[in-house]
Amino acid sequence: MLAKFMTAGVLALSLSACGGKDAPQSQTHDMKTQAATTDYMRDQIKIVGSSTVYPFATTVAENFGRTTSFKTPIVESTGSGGGLKLFCSGLDSNHPDITNASRRIKTSEIKRCADNGVNDVVEAKIGYDGIVLANSRKSPRLELNLTELFLALAKNVPDGNGGLKANPYKTWHDVNAALPNVKIEVMGPPPTSGTRDAFVELAMEGGCKTFPWIKAMKKTDKSAYKALCHTIREDGAFIEAGENDNLIVQKLSANPNTFGIFGFSFLDQNADTVQGSLVNGQAPTFENISSGSYPVSRSLYFYIKKANISKVPGITEYLNEFMSAKAIGGDGYLADKGLIPMNTVEHAEWKSKVLGLQTLTLD
Amino acid sequence: MTEYILTTSPKLKRRHAKEARFKWYGRIAITIALGFLVLMFSAIIFRGIGAFSQTKIKLEVSYTESIIAPDGTRDPQILRLANYKPILTAALKETFPEATSRKDKKRIYKLLSKGAVYEMGKRVSNDLALIGTHQTIWVTASSDVDLFLQGKVDAGLNENLRKLTDKDIQSVQYLQHEGLLKRKFNTTFFTNGDSREPEMAGILGASLGSFFSLLVCFLIAFPLGILTAVYLEEYARKSKLTDFIEININNLAAVPSIVFGLLGLSIFLGVFHIPRSTPLVGGMVLALMTLPTIIIAARASLRSVPKTIREAALGLGASKTQATFHHVVPLAMPGMLTGTILGMAQALGETAPLLMIGMIAFIVDIPHGVTDAATSLPVQIFLWADSPEKGFVERTSAAIIVLLAFLILMNLLAVYLRKKLERRW
Repeated sequence: MLAKFMTAGVLALSLSACGGKDAPQSQTHDMKTQAATTDYMRDQIKIVGSSTVYPFATTVAENFGRTTSFKTPIVESTGSGGGLKLFCSGLDSNHPDITNASRRIKTSEIKRCADNGVNDVVEAKIGYDGIVLANSRKSPRLELNLTELFLALAKNVPDGNGGLKANPYKTWHDVNAALPNVKIEVMGPPPTSGTRDAFVELAMEGGCKTFPWIKAMKKTDKSAYKALCHTIREDGAFIEAGENDNLIVQKLSANPNTFGIFGFSFLDQNADTVQGSLVNGQAPTFENISSGSYPVSRSLYFYIKKANISKVPGITEYLNEFMSAKAIGGDGYLADKGLIPMNTVEHAEWKSKVLGLQTLTLD
Repeated sequence: MTEYILTTSPKLKRRHAKEARFKWYGRIAITIALGFLVLMFSAIIFRGIGAFSQTKIKLEVSYTESIIAPDGTRDPQILRLANYKPILTAALKETFPEATSRKDKKRIYKLLSKGAVYEMGKRVSNDLALIGTHQTIWVTASSDVDLFLQGKVDAGLNENLRKLTDKDIQSVQYLQHEGLLKRKFNTTFFTNGDSREPEMAGILGASLGSFFSLLVCFLIAFPLGILTAVYLEEYARKSKLTDFIEININNLAAVPSIVFGLLGLSIFLGVFHIPRSTPLVGGMVLALMTLPTIIIAARASLRSVPKTIREAALGLGASKTQATFHHVVPLAMPGMLTGTILGMAQALGETAPLLMIGMIAFIVDIPHGVTDAATSLPVQIFLWADSPEKGFVERTSAAIIVLLAFLILMNLLAVYLRKKLERRW
């Protein structure tokens, strides 16, 4: 028994000795060749970025992998900001080729890219996403406008005399007598999320600037305007629920008085348990979001490093797949996953832009 | 005598009552703890059990050569990617002769999994003799059909609110009536990588990712940990330096695992440029995390080997190294292995450090080595829990069952080793 154990131990040790040596050796070898030729050792596309675009990008990546002889791209969900940061950090093989974003790239990010040698970036728009305010089907559907949404969720609200006061509204009924007498309780994404950014910019600011004097403030004191319109209340009426939208959906069914904020795709997949509130009289439906009449919708993008197209095999084919009508067209497979497609004219325009590898310029 | 004690202890009854009460407190505590465990397990099993079988639809397909291989090729690579949709639609047409409109055909095609065409490609590329023949096969149904068969779709609801329309349900019921629908053991779940379609998603990729990460982790942490422990315990003289090292090792064992992930990000990825998202870097980070656990367990088991063994060996003329490696280490090995296995089991369940090094990603291809991109089992669970598609709910629980099974196996192995090989002195 003892002898057996010893051999086992020695075996394990010697094994590990070889293994241990082997791995770093091949590693340094890889690194050397990389450094020598500055060429790529990678044959698999790397994608990072927005968690909203993630379900769409992964679907395309999977289809691309199954229908071509290329390896299936790796898609990481890092959030729009995190993705662009990684994307702009360098050109070598450890940095992603493509990043997804649920908002447009910022000037500061383009600069950061340029500083790190990432000069030619191709922008691709893939469609739209609606942000919904939803509650359980067990409760009546809420109908409200952006002003009411702002009043219900902002930290400070106008006091009616040209000044501000801390948000006094406890129930929806307090905001507008036509709304139900239910405590305001809304679960939404944390500040790191692109969905939160878009919700704040489109819904909160949209409601905020319906007050003429606040709108006028935008020109005179932009930072005060932003602070007022972009700050969500912190007294417990708005609950940060983390990035997991599924969790919010589950909590809504458990608590019929609570509302949740999340992307349209989650509403679409869970239409049997939750319903989207009407905003400005528009229901968050496929048609209303794509026509632009639902007010809280945003565009979804991804960005490609032009320099990597010649280095990593398959990028051109991936772009072809993503921009094709069978993916992002009106009847495409991404529409099944909850993406709101662009109309045919806009689609054709973006398709030719992307496949023509038109680089993004500061405008 | 007994009489005497009884009479002189007036508080005896109260003491006995206290003892009985204490026993009951203990029993209640254990019952509550067990109750929670049973509740958790049964909830997971109840939710996940559905994912171990999969709805299949029986179809009569003809592998028409003019469709699959119009140019007569027999290259499996090309045949894998050939166009199988017309074959499936033709087969569905035979099953549903009344569906003639384009819309109806499209609707019925959606009862099949999106992966059905890839399944066909696999079948043909694995067996080229199929081309030109007529076969009866079971094709995977879509996740919505599967959920309906499990009673997880509320047919009473307005049809706009469900994924299956009333017509779809009629078609499914027709198939059921004709015996063309069956739930079979879900092999896909154990042979596929990740997928966006619940019915095509599997855990093989994640399991292999976990395996490769743990392999790297073991190969680094085990020898390093054992050698450190042997040196500190058998060779190093007690000094301020060794005390300092000991304190640090104990502290390291308590560091939150995300910190190791950050370390991996800045050192392994940032300085050494090890490829992101690979089991190699994952294993290295996990090794950092398991190292202190292994060292502490190994030292404890070295310490439990009696001094007399060393003295006897030295007395017979063995050198210190011979005494240590021929006698002490083999005797301490069961304890060391137990500690290692427990450390590895802990590493198997980690997600936080992997978050930082890109292993939380959508990866379809099955990894073949430590430098292929991969995820791990707990990461797969996390990703599925966050997916909007309903079918992933049961897959999440099923993956948890598999992970728990692995953990229980590893812990049983540790217990077995301890029971079987441990020596009492």
